[in-house]
Amino acid sequence: MSFLSYFRSQRKKSASLAKERLQIIVARERLQCAGGPDYLPMLQDELLAVVRKYIQVDRNAVRMQLDQEGDCEVLELNITLPDGPETSARVR
Amino acid sequence: MTRIIVVTSGKGGVGKTTTSAAFAAGLASAGRRTAVIDFDVGLRSLDLIMGCERRVVYDFINVINGEASLKQALIKDKRIPGLFILPASQTRDKDALTTEGVERVLDELSEEFDYIICDSPAGIERGAYLAMYFADEAIVVTNPEVSSVRDSDRVLGLLASKTRRAERGEPSVRERLLVTRYAPSRVGKGEMLSVEDVQEILAIELLGVIPESTAVLNASNSGMPVILEARSDAGQAYQDAVARFLGEEREHRFLTEKKGLFGRLFGGSSA
Repeated sequence: MSFLSYFRSQRKKSASLAKERLQIIVARERLQCAGGPDYLPMLQDELLAVVRKYIQVDRNAVRMQLDQEGDCEVLELNITLPDGPETSARVR
Repeated sequence: MTRIIVVTSGKGGVGKTTTSAAFAAGLASAGRRTAVIDFDVGLRSLDLIMGCERRVVYDFINVINGEASLKQALIKDKRIPGLFILPASQTRDKDALTTEGVERVLDELSEEFDYIICDSPAGIERGAYLAMYFADEAIVVTNPEVSSVRDSDRVLGLLASKTRRAERGEPSVRERLLVTRYAPSRVGKGEMLSVEDVQEILAIELLGVIPESTAVLNASNSGMPVILEARSDAGQAYQDAVARFLGEEREHRFLTEKKGLFGRLFGGSSA
């Protein structure tokens, strides 16, 4: 450790911000381009808004996935609740 | 069996042509007969990077339209045996490219070459689409920068759905990541996405990391593929990447900061 590291650690790390932003936008665009219906991102936004009315959750806490199981399409919704013994509620 | 490789990225200016030239020269140096095609119709650049701009007589579009034979249009590299360049047209537009025409040229090249490298234009329009359509393998060139990573992800989506292999339900195009313009010192300071970050987001195999280097501009100034600058960091990084491409195991170099005396005294522990 040198004395310069002290000043360095004060700086906001822009790379981690870049990574966070990318993870969100890339996940969103994959959902859109995967041939899934284009209402998915909007559905995700609105669901997030509803959940947020009752529980303060992070934007990343709602994950949605469209899968194919045999003849059925399955819309899987994962909401991670903050803390508590039951940390994840799964609606299917 | 000929392998068709597309060098692609979505975003412009990240190093597709530099990479195409480096890989073409590297594969040919390794004794593989290699042709490299510029798909950037209207804005060709490969000829300059390869240093053969004054020897262009006929181009890719001339061959597609039957105005010249492939033999007439292919430019033989003067430095490396077994290396040929097919330049793009500078005067026509991208609509001159047709799927059938491209297929015909690739089929004819396949009779003679081990590797065909398709240097994709930026964007996701016709030229980029046709550059990837017939590919067996893809080298996705990405800068550690948000818009480049996002575009690369988009291109990966297209490789998985809009290629001949995807349409025919054949084994998918082998996708590998090449991170270019990497500045380890900035990564250390938390100012640049690390190669691990980029890889985590794109989730594909890492082929190589090319450091930000003055050698790249110097090489393009003189019309020399940077891989031939064997003493430069970027040249060596490309040599490693080509060796890995050919199945050799090589450790990744140039991932950490080179530290001079000053850095060692004042830099502290590197992150």
